[in-house]
Amino acid sequence: MIINHPILGPRDAQEFVYLGDANLMGRPDGMTAGIEAFHDYLYNRDNPAGAHRELWYHEQGDRSWLVVTRNTVTHEILKVEMARDVARAGGRSK
Amino acid sequence: MRYSGFRVIAEALTGHKGWKPVWRDPAPQAEYDYIIVGGGGHGLATAYYLAKEFKQARIAVLEKGYLGGGNVGRNTTIIRSNYLLEGNEPFYEFSLKLWEGLEQDFNYNAMVSQRGIINLIHTDAQRDAFTRRGNGMILNGADAEMLNRDQVRALYPFLNFDNARFPIKGALMQRRGGTVRHDAVAWGYARGADMRGVDLIQNCEVTGMRIENGRIRGVETSRGFIGAKKVGVAVAGSSSKVMAHAGMRLPIESHVLQAFVSEGLKPFINGVMTFGAGHFYVSQSDKGGLVFGGDIDGYNSYAQRGNLPVIEDVAEGGMALMPAIGRARLLRTWGGIMDMSMDGSPIIDKTHVEGLYFNGGWCYGGFKATPASGWCFAHLLAKDEPHKTATAYRFDRFLKGLMIDEKGQGAQPNLH
Repeated sequence: MIINHPILGPRDAQEFVYLGDANLMGRPDGMTAGIEAFHDYLYNRDNPAGAHRELWYHEQGDRSWLVVTRNTVTHEILKVEMARDVARAGGRSK
Repeated sequence: MRYSGFRVIAEALTGHKGWKPVWRDPAPQAEYDYIIVGGGGHGLATAYYLAKEFKQARIAVLEKGYLGGGNVGRNTTIIRSNYLLEGNEPFYEFSLKLWEGLEQDFNYNAMVSQRGIINLIHTDAQRDAFTRRGNGMILNGADAEMLNRDQVRALYPFLNFDNARFPIKGALMQRRGGTVRHDAVAWGYARGADMRGVDLIQNCEVTGMRIENGRIRGVETSRGFIGAKKVGVAVAGSSSKVMAHAGMRLPIESHVLQAFVSEGLKPFINGVMTFGAGHFYVSQSDKGGLVFGGDIDGYNSYAQRGNLPVIEDVAEGGMALMPAIGRARLLRTWGGIMDMSMDGSPIIDKTHVEGLYFNGGWCYGGFKATPASGWCFAHLLAKDEPHKTATAYRFDRFLKGLMIDEKGQGAQPNLH
């Protein structure tokens, strides 16, 4: 698979480490969310067959985190964003 | 029709005109007591034991493709019970004991071959860990023995014993481990279930579940609605897709695992060998091909095929262990979809829907579990309580902190 890095251009997926569903960026607030919400966040997954937004870390590159939208049935990569931009668009400060 | 040596001779003398189709191809009835979703090894075994051991009737197995067309036909055929943890080892040892009596039990040649499995040791720390695991196995009634370097050399003199990074120092051996003809397992269970009146319905995909007042009423399928008192889902690989029909999100990610076969070679690997440090394991089939594999690709996938970097990685592991295979050609590679659970262990449990039961999360270890998985799932379906060897395989173990994490990797499915 070739991941089209927004800054570095097309890079081999071997340079990246895979973490999982991009929803992992939305960790519940530890002070207010209950144990059920944390359990759901940590252990349960949508695991779709089709478009999947997921976190890839460019470990052997610029050490950036990317949100890659990829079809899990065909492995086609549909969209690549900087995770930082996604987080800021979602209202986070960094 | 019972199979026997006499029968083979009798058929040979009469032109093989007496062989009949091994199972029927029935149309679905309007309602069953039990519907098993998934006509793979685990689903067929569940139906078989439900009918044979738990004396239940009016059972159907629904399969979206053909029987045994999923992971039971795509694995590397290894059986073993060399687990460490309390929640796992009694279950896998129960499974290995069922394997030992399986062919007589279902009157089908599954080519169960207890040729022994070794896990290679490279460091003192690894020897300590494997000694502990071996003791755990023995405590649960399994067999285990530690081999020193010379004993491993006597078995496999051609290994690279003096690899600079992973010199071979010994191995953990389970002599009762081995291989089984994987397709024959599905066929044997299918035939045994069919003979006991189970309807095996192929080309019948479950497209929805009818749930009323928190109770399952049946399933919507590509061949119409089929009513059921109890529904058991055993579709590992596609668990999240099917259980989504009941509004469930599972502690599971689907990942692709590749497997490989070389061209046929003269016999030189008698048993099964795992080289964990190099992410490689191998056995040799009766046809002579080396059957081997390594890690999962590591990203969510439903594609049933993987990518080249993992093929390269597995080939490197094989070469590091056995430089002698360098000239052997790779004949085939393929992929299967694994239910990678959050602690690397399976789930056999009830759900929040009354009458709906789940069996999945087998990671890449489902094949060896087939008989016990079927038995324990049938036990749960028939008696509404878990079999004594499967009490730990619960959904709520993640909420309660009772994970069964053999490798201690945490909630990171692609590392299990």
